[in-house]
Amino acid sequence: MPLFLIASIAGQGVVFDADQVDSVVDIGEVVAVPRAAPSVRGLTALRSRVITVVDTRLALGLEPMPPHVRRAVITLQDGHYYAMLVDALDDIETFETSPLPHVPSGSGRWALAADGMVVRDGQPLLILDLPRLVPPSVSLAA
Amino acid sequence: MDDLLQEFIAETRETLEALSGEIVAWETTPADRTRLDAIFRFVHTVKGSCGFLDLPRLARLSHAAEDALAAVRDDQRIPDTALVDAVLAIVDRIGAIVEAIDAGTPEDDSDDAALIAAVSRVEEAVVVPAPRPMPTARAAPRSIRLNVDLLDRMMSGMSDMVLARNELARRLRDDVLDPRVEAALDRLSLTVADMRDTVTRTRMQKVDGLFSALPRMVRDTAAELGKAVSLKIEGSDVDLDREMIEMMRDPLVHIIRNAIDHGIESPAERRRLGKSPTGHIHVTARQSGNQILIEVEDDGAGIDVARVAAKAVATDVRSAAEVAMMSQAEKLKLVFEPGLSSRDTVSTMSGRGVGMDVVRANIEHVGGRVALDNRPGKGLTITIHVPLTLSIMSTIVVAVGNQRFAIARQAIEEIVKVRGDQVRIDPVGDIRVATVRGRRLPLLPLGPFLGVGQRDPSDLVIVSTRDGDYALGVDDVLDTEEVVVKPAAPAVMSTGLYAGQTLPDSGLPMLLLDGAGLAQAAGLRFQREVIAATEAVVQEATNPALLFEDLDGVHRTMPLAAIDRVEKVGASAVHRSGGQVRLIVGDTTVPLHHVDAVALDDALKGPGIEVIRLTDGDAECAYAMTTALEIIQLPVEIAPSPGGTVLGITVWNGQAIEILDPLTLFLDTGIESVGTAPLCLLDGQGAAWMDRFLRPVLEAHGYRCVLQPIGDEEPAVRLVMADEAVSDNGSRAPVVRLCRNRDAASAPDSIYRYDRPALIAALAGHARRGGR
Repeated sequence: MPLFLIASIAGQGVVFDADQVDSVVDIGEVVAVPRAAPSVRGLTALRSRVITVVDTRLALGLEPMPPHVRRAVITLQDGHYYAMLVDALDDIETFETSPLPHVPSGSGRWALAADGMVVRDGQPLLILDLPRLVPPSVSLAA
Repeated sequence: MDDLLQEFIAETRETLEALSGEIVAWETTPADRTRLDAIFRFVHTVKGSCGFLDLPRLARLSHAAEDALAAVRDDQRIPDTALVDAVLAIVDRIGAIVEAIDAGTPEDDSDDAALIAAVSRVEEAVVVPAPRPMPTARAAPRSIRLNVDLLDRMMSGMSDMVLARNELARRLRDDVLDPRVEAALDRLSLTVADMRDTVTRTRMQKVDGLFSALPRMVRDTAAELGKAVSLKIEGSDVDLDREMIEMMRDPLVHIIRNAIDHGIESPAERRRLGKSPTGHIHVTARQSGNQILIEVEDDGAGIDVARVAAKAVATDVRSAAEVAMMSQAEKLKLVFEPGLSSRDTVSTMSGRGVGMDVVRANIEHVGGRVALDNRPGKGLTITIHVPLTLSIMSTIVVAVGNQRFAIARQAIEEIVKVRGDQVRIDPVGDIRVATVRGRRLPLLPLGPFLGVGQRDPSDLVIVSTRDGDYALGVDDVLDTEEVVVKPAAPAVMSTGLYAGQTLPDSGLPMLLLDGAGLAQAAGLRFQREVIAATEAVVQEATNPALLFEDLDGVHRTMPLAAIDRVEKVGASAVHRSGGQVRLIVGDTTVPLHHVDAVALDDALKGPGIEVIRLTDGDAECAYAMTTALEIIQLPVEIAPSPGGTVLGITVWNGQAIEILDPLTLFLDTGIESVGTAPLCLLDGQGAAWMDRFLRPVLEAHGYRCVLQPIGDEEPAVRLVMADEAVSDNGSRAPVVRLCRNRDAASAPDSIYRYDRPALIAALAGHARRGGR
């Protein structure tokens, strides 16, 4: 059974595949990246590496995270480290995965990163695919 | 040469180790094409290096193996056991010879011919026993090759250490610090900084290391092919990651060999085409944004695209139908296909065009790319782009709003303060234009553009891009910093504004701005002609000088070249001794020149003065003034002035400005020193004439002149007219006699009275021996 990290974003219980997670940290000071995608909150230093900090709520098309949120899940994608901000972190557990009961209608951004669900104590939790939360490389400057 | 040989040995040894697996695999499946290609590339590289390093034995062996393998690649030979054995025997022999070269022991070469014969034999399947290399004692290596991963880890550990030290320092400063702890911390800081430099250097190398082998190679290759080639190299001081340099070595050699062999025509042919008989190859390295560009430009024949296409069809690399569909550019790219060459005859030098596929493979391996600019009949330019990744960069750190950014120093032409007289900013509709010393530049205010600050810029950073220059308005220019730049995440890089990210000592990440990218994103347009015209003017006036306000309130200027630095000094640093004014600098003093003694006294009553420190390499002196104003450009031609300390007069902003001659400041060091200047007694009947005509000259050269001996001070020298007897008044001072006409000036110590240089020389001789 796959191992999952349980977290919460904007009040929604979510889980991340533990294989996608490098570590879990509280990030330090963030330096803004002007004119980058809105979900890029900025850069921070972690163990002498520069890490791109991602506001996961904005990445999901929700309201931005409050600035005091510091807890993050570090993930390595294409050779770059990203810190995905989360509101809270819980536990690591193994779960049986199941597909979402139905494909949500409309343009809900949750669906863009959703990869099925797991059930914990009767409560369904959304599986979020971290690579799909990484801000895309689109030119905004032009 | 020794270095190159060591490099070759280490490289070959390394490749052999990596290749041993391939060889074994090839032995079992001789038809495997990729294995064959790998072995082929190895012998080809060895062949190339050998020709260059003058190792004829290795060259013969590798050439034979290459021929055989090429035949296999062209399906002219079947890779039977005999062939495989023979090739393996040669590969082993190459390894044995390389070890022998390294250990400096002679290697028996009696059966090389047998090996070559074995591999060249097509018909008979004679099995040649493959002699395994004899274990030779390896020479102790003088250098070691390190895995770059290890260097990376070292680097990252080093950065951690710096951050930890900074943190420690911050914490300690919060409390009252025990001096012993502080001393220990300082020592730690020094060591860490030192270590960091060293670790950084382990990764970096000047691209010169890559270029230094080229001249010789070009000469030898050209000589062998009977061509005349001149090589020009530029940008050798660009820093490049060591790994990159290693990866670029072979491609560069291949490209240049190809250029000489295939590109540059023979002198006779070139003459026929109306070109100069000597071909030109121009190798340039430069940094452009987040990339290093290495450009090899030749003025040869270029690539015959039609022939490349035909060859591709002939060798079954592409079908005729495919080629027919291709654009010119696509056809040109066929030269990168393995086993394809536009050349029909094989030479020992560049071989069969395998070079180009090796070139591309090597460069793509480090994340770079190769671009071709083909000008049929006129030449070929091959540009290698490699990422700046891990390159160390010298940057200027600027601040806008509360954020800091780094800009590559290479891209910065100059930095000017907005409040100076030389800068004007005018709004032109919605945009603004900066005029810096008469040069109009588009202005890009960084704060508002990035949305991090709204303040009016207080400094302009003149950024030069390939298209033109522009002024980047920033709030402040903070510092210069050497940083290791790494590519940022795609979402950051795709803004086009940044060349990468770095982690400076502050521990806060910093973005490196991409000058060209900013200009593009802001939609700046450059007018090439205008800029070119102004540049020509700038070219003309390349005589910068410091304009300053002198102690007497007059503006004067001094050529910048002579100025070491300008600094503020307090009144206590100015010292008078024996009528001479000297400036205390550390443990010593240097002469302090000034325009007017009274003005100096007045100025010293204030908080202090500014001094211009001058040095000519040996001697130092200083010039006192009120304040430095700015740097101005002097015209090359200067109206000469009567002399003294004034070199000439220039006109600036409608004012006549005196240009001080720094040379006279060094020369005249003695003038102020009344107390120590040698005394010159003007004696006898001619004293009145001397007083009128010679005194100014003598005083200008640092002598004091008297008509009567003063007190009991012995004059350094006596001047008398030649035709009168020297009155013996008890003086033992040497006598110089002055003649009234030129012809009489032959007696010892007699000089024609208008021969100024001779007089000064004679006086100087006596003054040195006597008085002083």
